[in-house]
This record gives sequence, structure tokens and C-alpha cells, in this order.
Amino acid sequence: MVHSFLIHTVCPVSALSAAESRVLYSRVFGAGEGLELRPDERRLLHTEKLLAVARQVRSAVALSRDASGRVLVETVPGEEVVALQEADSGVLRLRAGEPFPGEMSVLWLGVQSLGFTLVCEPHENLLLAEGTLRNLTRHCLEHLHMLGPGSEVLLRSDRIDVLLSRLLPHGQLLFLNHRFAQSLEKEVAAYMAK
Amino acid sequence: MYSHGSESLIKQAREIQESELQKFYSRLVKQLHGREFGHETIDSLQRLHLILSATKYTRTLPPELQKKLLSLLLSSSVEQLQALSSAVLRETLPLSGQELNYNQDANSSLNSHTAALLLSQTGSRSDLSSFCAQLLRSLDSRSPEGPAHSVLHTLPILNTILSHSPDCLTEDHVTLVSKKLVDWLRYASTQQGGGTSSGGFFTGPRSRQPGPIAELDGTVSGDFFTVLCVGQGFTEDQWMNVYSFSMLRHWLLTYHTVSNGNTTVDTDDRSEVDGSVVSVVSATSSSSRLLPPKERLREKAFQYCQRLIEQSDRKAHKRTDTDLQKACLVEAVCILDSVCVEDASLVFKAFPCVKGLYGRLSSDLSFARVLLPIAQFYLNHGEMAAVDCECVWKLVFGRFPAELFSDAFLAHELLRFLRLNLATLQLRVPQYTRSFPNLLKFLAWDSPAVVDDFVDLLPSLVTAGTAVELLHSLLDLPCLSATLVLQLRSTYFPIAEPGGRGLLSLEAFRSPTYRGLFLFLLRGEAGSGDTIDRLSTLHQLLAEASDWPRVIQCAQTVPVLLHIYFNTVVTVADEKLLAHLISVLLERSSLLLNIPKYVKEIHRVFSCHLLRLCKLRPSLVVDQSHELLEFAGTTANVYSKEEIFTHVVWVLGEYLSVSCDSRCSVALITSCFEALEAVLFEVTSSAPPSGEARPAPRVITSLMSALAKLASRSHDLIPRVSLFLSKLRTVTRGGSVPWCSNEEDLVAIVTRGEELWSLLKAPSVAQSVLTPPPHVNTPQWHRDTNVAMPLRLRALTSLTHAN
Repeated sequence: MVHSFLIHTVCPVSALSAAESRVLYSRVFGAGEGLELRPDERRLLHTEKLLAVARQVRSAVALSRDASGRVLVETVPGEEVVALQEADSGVLRLRAGEPFPGEMSVLWLGVQSLGFTLVCEPHENLLLAEGTLRNLTRHCLEHLHMLGPGSEVLLRSDRIDVLLSRLLPHGQLLFLNHRFAQSLEKEVAAYMAK
Repeated sequence: MYSHGSESLIKQAREIQESELQKFYSRLVKQLHGREFGHETIDSLQRLHLILSATKYTRTLPPELQKKLLSLLLSSSVEQLQALSSAVLRETLPLSGQELNYNQDANSSLNSHTAALLLSQTGSRSDLSSFCAQLLRSLDSRSPEGPAHSVLHTLPILNTILSHSPDCLTEDHVTLVSKKLVDWLRYASTQQGGGTSSGGFFTGPRSRQPGPIAELDGTVSGDFFTVLCVGQGFTEDQWMNVYSFSMLRHWLLTYHTVSNGNTTVDTDDRSEVDGSVVSVVSATSSSSRLLPPKERLREKAFQYCQRLIEQSDRKAHKRTDTDLQKACLVEAVCILDSVCVEDASLVFKAFPCVKGLYGRLSSDLSFARVLLPIAQFYLNHGEMAAVDCECVWKLVFGRFPAELFSDAFLAHELLRFLRLNLATLQLRVPQYTRSFPNLLKFLAWDSPAVVDDFVDLLPSLVTAGTAVELLHSLLDLPCLSATLVLQLRSTYFPIAEPGGRGLLSLEAFRSPTYRGLFLFLLRGEAGSGDTIDRLSTLHQLLAEASDWPRVIQCAQTVPVLLHIYFNTVVTVADEKLLAHLISVLLERSSLLLNIPKYVKEIHRVFSCHLLRLCKLRPSLVVDQSHELLEFAGTTANVYSKEEIFTHVVWVLGEYLSVSCDSRCSVALITSCFEALEAVLFEVTSSAPPSGEARPAPRVITSLMSALAKLASRSHDLIPRVSLFLSKLRTVTRGGSVPWCSNEEDLVAIVTRGEELWSLLKAPSVAQSVLTPPPHVNTPQWHRDTNVAMPLRLRALTSLTHAN
């Protein structure tokens, strides 16, 4: 099961220190975690943990880009497929307790100044997770016009919610062949058109 | 992508004034009073969500607004409103007393967004259990006209509950779900869903007659429906087939493992009895209906996976489908593995299938990630099936690291495989400990991502037989990193750029003269030699690599790994090996790739562990006295390897004595003394050679102390030390000296000299002060016959007084 999905910055943000990351969208799946806490405590705990993950991914992206020495090319709206092909990708291991109670695998995609991250349980099918993450990222880039200067990801988070409800319902990775995927993507496109 | 505009939006959302916020709330409540909701309402809801999610601290909405949003979520048929209200409510505190009613009537639909809210805000186990019960009730007895999605999401919702609270489902629930899963997995419709509408759930009279489902390569399907089957549209049970398979592994792992807490005894007994029944029955599936639901599910899961493996051999038309086939293979092998762990009699049925798959894929590196679960299968069941696994290990420890070191995902999964199976591998796969030259390639390529895994794996790679070679490999990790970069560059640009700024190192990599050096670094197995003779040549050739980011990142991880190495090696090495390691330390201290800070860090690690080794086995100093003396007697080392030099001098002074090793002779002490004395003279008589910094005071004082210690053991040497120390006092009275710039430091050095000089005036006392016998340093007063009695008396007295 996927624990959470987040979209966050991987570029320097003026209001934050160099290592920090701004989380633009986050969704935690899973029920029964932290039941002994009050809802607001649980929310705070989730926010803090996801911030910690975002910071780690930020540094992983920076190190990976440094090591590969590739020059970052700005892409414009319409070039989503290219942007995805050029994206850096990788996977991190989070030890038990840092910050989640169990060990986690964190898959990330770095598309220019933003990172798209999936936090998964380590025994999860990472091939499937990787494919799902790429698919989600492509849809986010397209439907939220993320390659432009807009800030739609902040104000149109319901689109991401609906996207997730089809492609990653309640954190469940789905084995979708192209026809099933087409069917779901048609629904998503219909929603986005409104 | 992320602009100043976004930053200011977040800032505004965070800093909104309370009064403004209250106004906003009341405006929204008014907007929600009507029946129709326009763009303005949607806009307001989106802004509300941003305001609530922008802060860490959870806000509380006014009760009226909260109730309105809740009813919107439950009653609206517009998905955008459902999504927005669910998102907003998830970011706030639920109203006490107004929790969502978990026992909704069966008629009202449970849409995905309501479920999301419920799941995120359950307050207790019992709430979760009743939600579960309700969910499964609706699954069991749903009306056929219910909206499609309400059933589809049952399985994902169940799956998410399973992750943290598997005991929310009772035995009956588990049985019910098992039965349903069997139906959906094995008996889904093999006709295409009719109609061209978005879900194709209903076949109306006007839609075409649907045909049979097809495989991914276009041929008509000849067997039951799976995720690798396609059609124009899909029926509901075909959708459920997809959802069922997607959660199948998790389900089996949660409820079918023999070590499952509350059913351990039952399952154990059952599998013993039914184990034999299953293996007979599964050959004739007609009588499989006699099996209990769990066992039946296991059987169907087995069949499903076998079918997937067979289907994956077909050539799919689309690239996404090829990727899906790979993912399905991974999943299928993992499920077969866990099913065989549960019921060992299935191994004989499963092995031919997995072995065939291995045969198909083993020569194709693009299937490497599929071959890892196959390796796990072989490791778990190979012995039982008496199958030779050599070829698998050749791949896992040979080709994969050597050729796919740059694949981050493969590295992660392979290293995880090693971590999880460490005990078994060490026992049954002897290649493992010899394969570190290959495994280190993952680390050399992408250190930050995998160093954590190596922290866990390194101790298992340290064996007495390969310890020295491993040490050399660790020290040359940055060289390996540079070599891998060159190797990849050489592959992508096989022809040298004409007239361009060719890399010297790349030319060297390609030239036949130096090929051997690089090939040694790129070797796959240990055992062909500890290191190469022309190491310094290699370092020179790779000099320009010392500022490559990848090499620098790699160099930063080496000190940590060295610490782990040394901490482990003392547990497996005998005296001879430890002695050899000391000489390797000394030798390599000048043979390192020249990366800024790297050399200094390594020297620091060396010094620390040299000290530890000698403390552990003091006789090592006498054993290696020749190498140590050679090192300490070279004045150049004072300047280029100050840290190590100081520590070598210290251990010589401390442990070169008869009490540490009976082989220590007066001649040895004298020759050591003379070597150190000569260095001290040289260092304190002139300025350092050009380009070098003045030695730290610690170097001078440790030389002096060492000389004093040695003299205290061989009293003939005392006059020589005293002479030197008094000369030192005289020289420094004249003011500044070329070898020490700081006045305070000079005073400290001279003071130390005076202390030693006065101490050496009483030779017998000097020895026990300078090198106290061990029992003085580790007091065990209660054991000492003289000290123990007063202690005991005092203890008894205080006890009797307390009463």
C-alpha cells in the first residue's frame, strides 16, 4: 500500500533555508494509524513527517543532479512528455523510526523545480509504483498546467484528489492495462474539463 | 514552475486575519444555502481548502459551516463538490458529537470521497470495525442499480484498513471476502463489457453484441479473465478482477501467513492435514469446492499467477502494457513464493513454472528487476526442490552489479534483497562474501542513495580471508567511482572527440598500457590479489577526477564505512591479520587519491583505529616495530601525515616495553629512541621545509613524552633526554623559534619538557608515572587485599547504622 503522495519544491525557495522544501500538495492514505492521537495531533504528526520526507527528497534530488552533471532545461506548457523524460528519478530507503514507525521506500521524480514523491511500504511492487508515479506526474503536469508559471496546484487540489481517487484509490496501486487505464483517464479528463 | 506568485498565495493564506476569516466563513455559509452552486462557490471552497491546509495547526470551522459541508459531501451528486468538501473537512477537527454516522443505511451510496474522510478521521478501533462491517454488508447484499463506484472502491478501502488494523475483520468477514475474491479472480466474465460509455457497466438493447476478451497481442483469449486481458469495455466483475488482484498479495500476507497471531494453532494443524489433501486435489480441480475458503483462495491465486506468467510471454502492442507485464511477473512470482511458504507441498508444482520463467528471462538484462523475486523464490525453496541455484547467484552477484550499477531502482531492490536474506546468504551462498568488488559498484556510483544499505551490509562482508582486499577496495572507492564514470562515458562516446577537450583520464582508460589498472578496479570477484603495485600511477591518472561531484560524494562516505570495517574486523581477525592491517594502514596513508579533505579524514580514521588496535593487542607494536619505526623515523611524515605520525609515536612510546611483549629487547628500545630523537632534533632545529606548515605543539610534546617513556625503561638513555630537554629550555629562552609561531604553545612545550626532565631525575618513579601498570588504570578496589578490608568494614557499618 502507498502511504502517501506529495508534491513539493526541490528548488531554493526564498522564504525558506537552503535545505528546506515547501509542500504544495500532500495526501496521506491509511486508516488506523495513530488512533491513540486526537485528529489534530494526527494531522500535525503527518504534516511534520511529510515535511521530513520532502527535505530528504530535496537533498537526494540535489545530489543526484550534481552527480549526473546534467543541465536543467526549462520546458514550456505542451512539452509535458519531454519534461517527464528529462526528469530525474530515484528511490530512498527510510529506516524504521526515521520518521515512520516501519521501514519505507520513497520513490521520487524531480521535474525541474518540483518533486513528486510516493512513500511506499518496502514490500510493495516498486515496478508498479514507479509506473504509477510517472503516470500521476504526467497527469498533474498536464491538467494543472504546471509547466507554466501558474499556481494552480495550490488552488485546484481537488483535481489531484479526483486523479488519485481513480489511479491510486485509497493508496491502492492498480494493475491497469492500457484499456482500463484509458477508461479511467477518460473519467479524469471529463472531470478536468469542467 | 514554482513561482513567486505561489509563495505569496501561501503567505496570504497563512497570515489571514481572524476577522477576515470569519467574514469569509459567513459568506460561504450563505453561498451554500442555495441549491445551485456556481463558480463563485467552487472558488471559495478552493480558497478555504488552501487556507486550512497552509498551516500545521488545525483550525476549527464554525459548526454551521461544518454541518453544511458534511451534508454537501453526503448528498451532492457533483463530484467536484464532494471532493472539495471532503478535502476541507479532512483538514479540520471533526465536531464532537457530530461524527459521521458509521452505520449508514444500505441505500445511501458510499462515494470515494466520503470514505476518504471517514478513514482519515476514525477515532478508534471500534469505529473502524463497524465501518468495516458496514462495508462488507453492502458488499454482500447490494442492489444491482447501485452506483458502480460504491462497490469498486470496497477493496481499496479494505486494503488500507488491513495495513494497520487487520484485526478489524472477523473470521466471518475474512471468509466472506475470500469467497468473493475467488469469484472475481477466477470466474469473471470472459465476454467484453458492452456499450461505449465510460464504464460500460450496462448492456442496453442498442449496444452491439460484445465479443470475447482478447490477450495483449490481439489473439482471442482462451482462458479466464486476468489483468492482462483487454476488451472494448469492461463488466463490473472484470473491474473487480483488477481490484482483487491488486490487493491479493497484501491479503495473503495479512491473513495467510502461518505465524498469524490468533490463528497459529489452527492454521498449523490445518495445513498439515490439508497439505496432503491440497496436493492431491489440485490436480483435479473439480473437487476443489470441497476446500475451505482460505485454501480455495490460495489455489485460485496460484492458478491466476501461473496464467499471468504464461500471458507475459506474449508480445504486447503497447509499451505501457509491456511495463505492466513486467510488474505482473514480479507480483506473480512474489505471490507464488508466499503461497509456497504457506503450503510447502505446492513447491513442486510451482518450481517448473518459475524455472521456465527464469530460463526465458535470464539473458535479458531489461528483466533484471523481475529476476530478483525469482532469486528470492530460489533462495526460499531451491533447497527443498533440490535445484541448483548457481546460475541465479552468478546473475545477482555478477552481471547485475557489473552492468546495471547505475540503475537506482535495481540497486535499491537488490540491496534490500541482500539485507533481508543476510543470514541465509551467508550460510548457503559462498559467493556472497567474495562478491564485494561488484557490490561496491552500487556504492561507488550513487553513494548518498545506498550508503545506508551498506552500513547494514558491510559487517557481513568482512571475513578473515578477504579483509585486506576489502580494506584496499574501500580506500579506493573514489577511484572506482571515477572508473565507472569513465566506463560509461567510454560506452556512450566510443570515438574520441576530435580536437575537443579530451579527458586525460579517459585516454588513459582506453590505452592498453594502463588497461590492467582499471580492469583490476572493475573486477567482479575477490581473490585475485589484494591490490595492484602501480597504485600511485592509477592515482595520478585519475587526478582530474578529484573534483567530479560523483567522486566527491563517494569520498564522503568512505570514513563511515572504514569505521564499521575496523569495528568488525577486530572480531574476526587473529593477531597475524591485525599486524598485517597495521602495515597496510601505514602504507596506504600516503597512497590515496588526492581529493580535498579526503586524505585528512582518512588519516583521522586511521589514527583512531591504530590506537584501538594497539590498545586491544599491545604486543602488535613490538610485532610491527620495524614498520612503525620506519614511519616514525621519517621526518617528512611529521609534515605530511601529522595526525598519524602523532599516534604512531604515542603507541611506540606506550607499548614498546617488556611488559607488553617479552620479545622487546633493550636494543629495540634503543633503536626506537634514536630514531625518534633524530626526528625531534630535526624538527626543532630549523624551520619547516618550504610549503609545509609548522607542526602542531602536540607533535613535539608527544615526541618528548615518548622519548621519556622509552628512557624510563632503559635508564642509560635518561642522560640523553635530559640533555635535550635542557638544551630546549636554553634555545627557547632566546625568544621566538622558527618551528613554533605561537608564544603560548612554546611555553606549553617548554613546561612539558621541564616536567619530564624533573620526573626523569627519579628513574624508578618515572616508569610507573609515565606508563602506569594496568591495574592502576582499571581500579578494582574491592579485589585489592589491602584496600578491600576497609571498604567492606565501611559498607557493613553503614548498613548496620541504617537499620
